[in-house]
Amino acid sequence: MVSQASDAMVQEVGEGARASAHPLLRTESLTKDYPGIRALNEMNFDLRSGEVHILFGENGAGKSTLISMLAGANHPTSGKILFEGKEVHLGSVHEARELGISAVFQEFSLIPQMTVAENMFLGAEPTQGGFLRPREQKAKAEEILKNLDFHLKPGRRVDHLTRAEQQMVEIAKAFRTDPSVLILDEPTASLTNHETEQLFKLVAKLRKRGVGIIYITHRMAEIREIGDRITILRDGRFIDTVDAATTGEDRLVELMTGRVVGQIFPKVNYNPGDTILEVENLHTPGSGGLNGASALVRRGEIVGFAGLVGSGKSKFAQASFGSYPIESGRIRFKGQDVGKPKTRDMLKRGFMYLPSDRRSDGLMMMRPARENISLASLTNAPLSAGLFLNTRAENRVASELADRLNLSPRRIERLAGQFSGGNQQKLMLARSLTREFDLIVFDEPTVGVDVGTRAAIYQFIAELSENGAAILLISSDLPEILHLTNRTYVFYRGEIQAELAGDDITEANVLAHFFEREEV
Amino acid sequence: MTVSSESSAASSSTLADLPKKVFVRLGILPFLLVIAVVVFTILSDNFLTGRNLLNVLRQSVFLTIVSMGQMLALLTGGFDLSVGTTLALTSVVGAMAMAATYAAMPDAVWLAIFIGCFAGIVAGTMIGVCNGIGVAFFGVSPFMMSLGMTSVGFGIALFLTGGTPVYGMPQAFGDVFGFGSFLGIHTPIYVAALLAVLLFVYLYRTPFGRYIYAVGGNAKAAGLSGINTRATLLWTYIMCAAMASVAGMLLTARLDTGEANIGASMPLESIAACVIAGVSLRGGVGRLENVILGALFIGLVQNGMNLARIESYLQTVVLGGLLILAVIADQIRLRYVASLKD
Repeated sequence: MVSQASDAMVQEVGEGARASAHPLLRTESLTKDYPGIRALNEMNFDLRSGEVHILFGENGAGKSTLISMLAGANHPTSGKILFEGKEVHLGSVHEARELGISAVFQEFSLIPQMTVAENMFLGAEPTQGGFLRPREQKAKAEEILKNLDFHLKPGRRVDHLTRAEQQMVEIAKAFRTDPSVLILDEPTASLTNHETEQLFKLVAKLRKRGVGIIYITHRMAEIREIGDRITILRDGRFIDTVDAATTGEDRLVELMTGRVVGQIFPKVNYNPGDTILEVENLHTPGSGGLNGASALVRRGEIVGFAGLVGSGKSKFAQASFGSYPIESGRIRFKGQDVGKPKTRDMLKRGFMYLPSDRRSDGLMMMRPARENISLASLTNAPLSAGLFLNTRAENRVASELADRLNLSPRRIERLAGQFSGGNQQKLMLARSLTREFDLIVFDEPTVGVDVGTRAAIYQFIAELSENGAAILLISSDLPEILHLTNRTYVFYRGEIQAELAGDDITEANVLAHFFEREEV
Repeated sequence: MTVSSESSAASSSTLADLPKKVFVRLGILPFLLVIAVVVFTILSDNFLTGRNLLNVLRQSVFLTIVSMGQMLALLTGGFDLSVGTTLALTSVVGAMAMAATYAAMPDAVWLAIFIGCFAGIVAGTMIGVCNGIGVAFFGVSPFMMSLGMTSVGFGIALFLTGGTPVYGMPQAFGDVFGFGSFLGIHTPIYVAALLAVLLFVYLYRTPFGRYIYAVGGNAKAAGLSGINTRATLLWTYIMCAAMASVAGMLLTARLDTGEANIGASMPLESIAACVIAGVSLRGGVGRLENVILGALFIGLVQNGMNLARIESYLQTVVLGGLLILAVIADQIRLRYVASLKD
């Protein structure tokens, strides 16, 4: 059914641009499973030569999974990839590159201690008789950089470059071979306006040469400026492919988030009470840190922190919790000055922070669910009995919480790593119920979580709030902010750009402070 | 045998999956144990006798105690290469203190024994204090820290003795702690059993034990849950060294001299015992019961090879091979954990 839809779309938008009989690159029912989660489901996608095809979707929608398979970095569970009409098996990034599919990933694949030229030719060094030819390498690197109009010296070490320059090296690397497909994953995230213009000029040049470009971005302005077609993904599924010139922003956001809102978001009765957390003029060290942000959270409220990744919304909560260093600022919790917060002390005071990255910050994957649930409350009644642990009480508490949160399967001795993403998230949520907390911070609580579990998590958050806890919801997922919070702070580059309350929390209002306004 | 019935009761799966499940749950040890017992029983008639097995228990008691300590370091995701040095330093300092006290006060035998043991164990534990401070507060990798301390400790032990054994401890020390027995079981075995029980309670019945697992399981998550990860690490290395020190004093009693050259094989053997027993090198995974069994297994293999008259040089080859096999098995096991959903 999906393929029919996309075929129809090809006919609809493809009349003018169709260069050859075959699309340059095509996927048929491409599927990728990770333990416990289907990251990409029956994806049908096609790329023509000479077009910029934009992938659009929320975090975790499957964009990165798709491109990692197209680039050979990852292997599909099932489905086909066709390159110039022929099925190909991309065993590695190198193989893909040989074919002419080059990718520039978000995470840099550069070795900091090596020079620009060495990085560009890593794994394909020019040699003669088994010996390196550094001069030839440097000359070739210079040529590529010149063609791209990047002002970089091939002999410089990568760790001495700025982030934008590193991004340029990463792009240059893709041009070592002459690519016919170029994949760019949010390439402008760390570029200045000038560098972005350079990149767009380059993209235009490549497009004229017939290179097909897959481009991931969240910035509406970029989509309008360089996009030809847009494919929207959601929850690992293909949603639609639309023409960039004729599709409005509203329609795109609708397609991206598009679910029946009433079914997953609960109705919350807000009942604002005493102020629990009050932060004034918070600064954190380093560039890109917080730069004088102030916010307060009351009992019975769900306060939202919206903003792009890296806007400082998470740092703000972590710094208040004591897990991120603070330069200056005043933090009051339940009316008391805390000075420099310490994690253990804040927990004791009743402040719980549930981190966004379950795997790296949240769960002990090789330990049972029970131990993950009880972790933060081992020294509190009923889990502790004097110096000892009350293992029976621990079992009881963990079982009760597993029941209450509908953990599936409901086995508390199962290793955390064996649960699906949604159920792992439930283990984290359960942690916030092991004792009474006055303030609970949820940092991206629904990343990589299926829709059903999302609804359960929202219900859970709503109940906590109605029972009088103060809730802070940090989210990059706009619908969450719009439908769950009664007050929202929008972060941008370490500062609070806006505070919105009640009916003012609309998509337009939040987005107005969310994205970079370059062109205005 | 109990193993297989237990896991088949836990889940109703196909019979073919059973070895895989036992492997995932318990690691490679049950398989190795069965193979070792069968092989050595065939090679030697004297192997599977009550007397010999008691011998194995007595011979491997030092390794068992050290391995229990080593396990703690491994659980936090590190390891302690300096356990051998700890043994040596304990032996030397303990013997010197005991001999000196005994020489000064020949009547106060038990006071001399007490002072000697105390001095030896404190000296050995200091190595753990250094390891712990380096690892927990300065972020030195456990490998470098404990390797450095190995050299430091060994140097001090040699410096103190000039390389010669320390004599002059009271007769009673060796008689009681080295060769003494009660109900046919040797004193060191009682000590090891007592330590095992205490450590079991500590690990599984107090929050502090859980902290060790948590720090190894996910240090960031532990920190965000209010656990003092630095204190936990420090304390872990102190306990590890303290266990090695106790083993050092017991070995000193057995040898009747203080030696700077003992314990050289301990780091390898104790890590092998733990890894064979399913303790993960990434931290956070491993059970005390299995580690004790792992140490006994190594003792069993050494004993069996002795009975089968395998040359001692070749024995070290086997031991190294077993360690590598165990690490490979750990890797395979991790892959299975990902593939087996239950």
